Amino acid sequence: MSMLCEIRDLAVTYRSQKVPALTDVNLGIEAGKRLAIIGESGSGKSTLARTLAGLLPAGAKISGNIEWQSGKSPVAGRDLGFVFQDPTSSLNPVLTIGEQVAESARRHLGLSWKDAQIRALEMLERVRIPQPENASRAFPHQLSGGQRQRVAIAAALAARPKILIADEATSALDMVVQAEIVSLLDELVREAGMTLIFITHDIALASGFTDHIAIFKDGSLIESGPTIAILSSPHATYTKTLLASHRDLSTPPLIAEAVI
Amino acid sequence: MTLLEIERLSKRFSSGSRDVAALNDVSLSLAPAETLGLVGASGSGKSTLARILMRLIPADGGAIRFEGEDWLSLSGADLRRRRARIQMVFQDVLGAFNPRATVGSVLDDPLRIHNIVPKADRRREIAALLDRVGLPADYADRSIRDVSGGQRQRIAIARAIATQPSLIVLDEAVSALDVSIRGKILELLVELQRERGIAYLFVSHDLSVLRAVSHRIAVMDAGRLVETGAAGRVIENPHSAAAHALIAAVPRLVTGIPQGPSHDL
Ligand SMILES: Nc1ncnc2c1ncn2[C@@H]1O[C@H](COP(=O)(O)OP(=O)(O)OP(=O)(O)O)[C@@H](O)[C@H]1O
Ligand SMILES: Nc1ncnc2c1ncn2[C@@H]1O[C@H](COP(=O)(O)OP(=O)(O)OP(=O)(O)O)[C@@H](O)[C@H]1O
Ligand SMILES: [Mg+2]
Ligand SMILES: [Mg+2]
Repeated sequence: MSMLCEIRDLAVTYRSQKVPALTDVNLGIEAGKRLAIIGESGSGKSTLARTLAGLLPAGAKISGNIEWQSGKSPVAGRDLGFVFQDPTSSLNPVLTIGEQVAESARRHLGLSWKDAQIRALEMLERVRIPQPENASRAFPHQLSGGQRQRVAIAAALAARPKILIADEATSALDMVVQAEIVSLLDELVREAGMTLIFITHDIALASGFTDHIAIFKDGSLIESGPTIAILSSPHATYTKTLLASHRDLSTPPLIAEAVI
Repeated sequence: MTLLEIERLSKRFSSGSRDVAALNDVSLSLAPAETLGLVGASGSGKSTLARILMRLIPADGGAIRFEGEDWLSLSGADLRRRRARIQMVFQDVLGAFNPRATVGSVLDDPLRIHNIVPKADRRREIAALLDRVGLPADYADRSIRDVSGGQRQRIAIARAIATQPSLIVLDEAVSALDVSIRGKILELLVELQRERGIAYLFVSHDLSVLRAVSHRIAVMDAGRLVETGAAGRVIENPHSAAAHALIAAVPRLVTGIPQGPSHDL
């Protein structure tokens, strides 16, 4: 077991905020494994992701430290791929889909423009974009939300990063495509030794394929450990509540059906 | 009585060599206080339907009757006045706001534009709207950029209910919310429906969410409506291959011995 990094006593406060977005976070991230980050809205998941990626906005105060095993912080885009919660913010509206994905491969893998375009097509196929040749000539606004999100995933993966942070990257996708993307990410972890940090609010999705899980609430890490251990015998009341409020297809509806 | 009647709606997008039949002869209806869940693969045309309904883009063919009016032929001042009756919560939440806006001004706009409450009462109304979606009143002074993604989604819902619409189109409106808050938002939406008789066209990939709030579920596949039925029936006994595949792919909560990925297709 080798560590990717150790997070010690991390606290982050955004500029002009009194309350820190994260406090007292202590967490080790194992290299080549799949870590799920779970927590309610505003609990600090994206803040942790941005901190790891070195992408916090100017003026944010950080205390504590992150010790990278490699001795230096990963370079976002090259060593660390980041798929944002909101795909529109990571795509350039004036570049075609093919150009965005190829650009990432060209810059970070040093490919020629031609080879980068071949790599881009290959990535668009792997994220299951229908008619990738045609789609590569389209602009972001011409794609559906789920298609845009897949393009953002393809662009992040095109540079073959060692670490991928997926921030709610599959929540805009239909369940069939979500399952396909998750198995693609899973495959990259197994075959390419990538470390996956998977932020999600879907505890069922996380339960199916991650090795470790870290649960956040109000800027604090509530508990963390192997996924199966935490989900089968949670210690924290909050984790128990999360599991109890999980809704699936057999949960009784909130409305009386067929009143119409 | 029907609130909304969509008849044989169609829409193509062509640009260069790319030609997509985003909507192909889609017909559906919605009663007051009814929730129709709309599900379908990514790219199947759900948002296109929503955008035509919102009059954001024109249809190629077909008709929409809303509150007894020929909705697609309304224009100018008539359209502006009637617009308050259909509100939408978008999939892409950040793009739906002016990034320089404060939370308060986001909620003030519809109240002012549609003249919902007198100026003197607006601040109180904004606080009430924030409270309804579970945010503290002092969030009104925050910049829309300085709230988390999920908080932004709640603000979008507050903005939608501000104009007292009879129909709200929710396009993946709760997908970024965590389970506990999502549950509260769903309960809130159901409550508002009971109180005010609001109908919802509820677009979501999450069938568990649709099961929770929908009276009926409609399934789209490649621009076509392939199945419509009572929510329970569609989930328990799907007729179409599209519905089948979507239901089979719903992640199952694994809390016992590892069985490998639960998302095997
Ligand atoms: N740029 C910012 N400036 C100021 N405050 C911020 C900023 N971004 C986030 N925050 C605040 O920091 C806290 C943590 O936000 P964060 O985005 O990390 O939450 P999250 O867990 O990712 O939530 P969600 O599930 O809604 O995306 C929230 O209270 C949020 O309002
Ligand atoms: N402005 C546009 N120009 C060209 N093609 C478009 C445009 N908007 C949508 N499309 C195409 O129309 C089809 C339907 O898109 P739509 O956004 O309605 O899908 P959706 O069902 O909402 O998907 P998702 O679940 O991913 O949001 C897609 O193939 C999309 O690429
Ligand atoms: Mg977030
Ligand atoms: Mg859509």
